[in-house]
Amino acid sequence: MNLSASCDTSLSDYLLRLGDNALILSQQLCGWCGHAPTLEEDVALSNIALDLLGQARLWLEYAGASMVPVRDEDDLAYHRDAHQFTHVLLVEQPNGNFADTQVRQFLFDSWHCLLLTELSRSTEPRISAIAIKARKEATYHLQHSSQWIVRLGDGTERSHRYAQRALEQCVDYVGELFAMDAVDHEMVRLGIGADLAALRPQWQAYVEQVLAAGNLVYPASALSVQGGRHGQHSELLVGLLMEMQHLARSYPGAQW
Amino acid sequence: MVNPHQDATQEQGTSGIWALLAEIPDPEMPYISIVDLGIVREVRWQPDALNVVLTPTYSGCPARREIEQSVRDALHRNGIQTLCIETRLHPAWTTEWVTALGREKMRAAGIAPPLAVLAEWQTLTFWPSSSDAPRPQCPHCGAAQTRLQNPCSGSRCKALYHCDACRNPFEYFKSF
Ligand SMILES: [Zn+2]
Repeated sequence: MNLSASCDTSLSDYLLRLGDNALILSQQLCGWCGHAPTLEEDVALSNIALDLLGQARLWLEYAGASMVPVRDEDDLAYHRDAHQFTHVLLVEQPNGNFADTQVRQFLFDSWHCLLLTELSRSTEPRISAIAIKARKEATYHLQHSSQWIVRLGDGTERSHRYAQRALEQCVDYVGELFAMDAVDHEMVRLGIGADLAALRPQWQAYVEQVLAAGNLVYPASALSVQGGRHGQHSELLVGLLMEMQHLARSYPGAQW
Repeated sequence: MVNPHQDATQEQGTSGIWALLAEIPDPEMPYISIVDLGIVREVRWQPDALNVVLTPTYSGCPARREIEQSVRDALHRNGIQTLCIETRLHPAWTTEWVTALGREKMRAAGIAPPLAVLAEWQTLTFWPSSSDAPRPQCPHCGAAQTRLQNPCSGSRCKALYHCDACRNPFEYFKSF
């Protein structure tokens, strides 16, 4: 490939974001292992976490290979500090109660499916190969979280209230999913990345359709809290990383 | 480029290799082999090594390393010294690649084999309930009246169903 140095940086930044989204959400979902409301849901959430971890490894491996000097996936996962992570803020929102987790998951999955669909048409063959693979998995995740949204929204008075409240809390982080910055524009220009802003109408239509089936309402006005992709994170990420990175940092080079 | 002085032993066919690989069980479903599952995509003699191409089922499949190790062990035991295992992501693995023999073995083990992959999965379609989605036949009695109980069963690739005819639960290998 004959890309300029600035494009190489954009490419590795872009891949890092994709990897970090999957990695952080995977780590969050692992927190439900042994605590989900039913055994079946426990298995489901663990499996979704495992898919996301597998995707994170594919993206991070590629991101690391396109950096100078080259870094490996473990180095990127375990030896970066909070301000060096570039995932969207939505995925670092706390697990909260079960409705909080499912609403976060639903908003992410629906966006993730659309994004991966776009990326599966990337002119960069390695990106499209990973995206096609991940897209198949994300579709299952979306079906799962969509069904929970309907079930919670259309369930008891309490489950409805919790789901609606979770929506109002998560919606402030939706704007960032569709915000285009210099890296995104560069990747779109090269035919490598996706036009995030263009995904919004289809995303909104799908989300509102599912919410309506669960008698839930998309919150009218929302703030747009951003900065995750540029390393500006909440305090929440620090604790998450402490847990995720503890072993690798305490025992460098440890092997199973 | 073809090397005219290539060692004759390296030009041997690959059917023997395929037969060896067809003996390697999938770690999560030992009654079916990695060839039955469609994970082995290609076996090719290179000038100085045997090249085996594997495709992962799911990105996070925890059995991936174990499968690679089994392939190495089986081929080393059979005198293949230099081996190159290549992981290929594209085209992505699909349950359409599970062989007819593999489907037979699943049925025999009480697992409903995967149905055809639906085109609907390619678009962002919302299915409020899975009632109109195609359902697998019961592997015990063959009845079509089955119900999804849980989308995830013992492992990532299977779902739990209930048969309304014989009232037995069974696992279904999800189409993917
Ligand atoms: Zn039956």
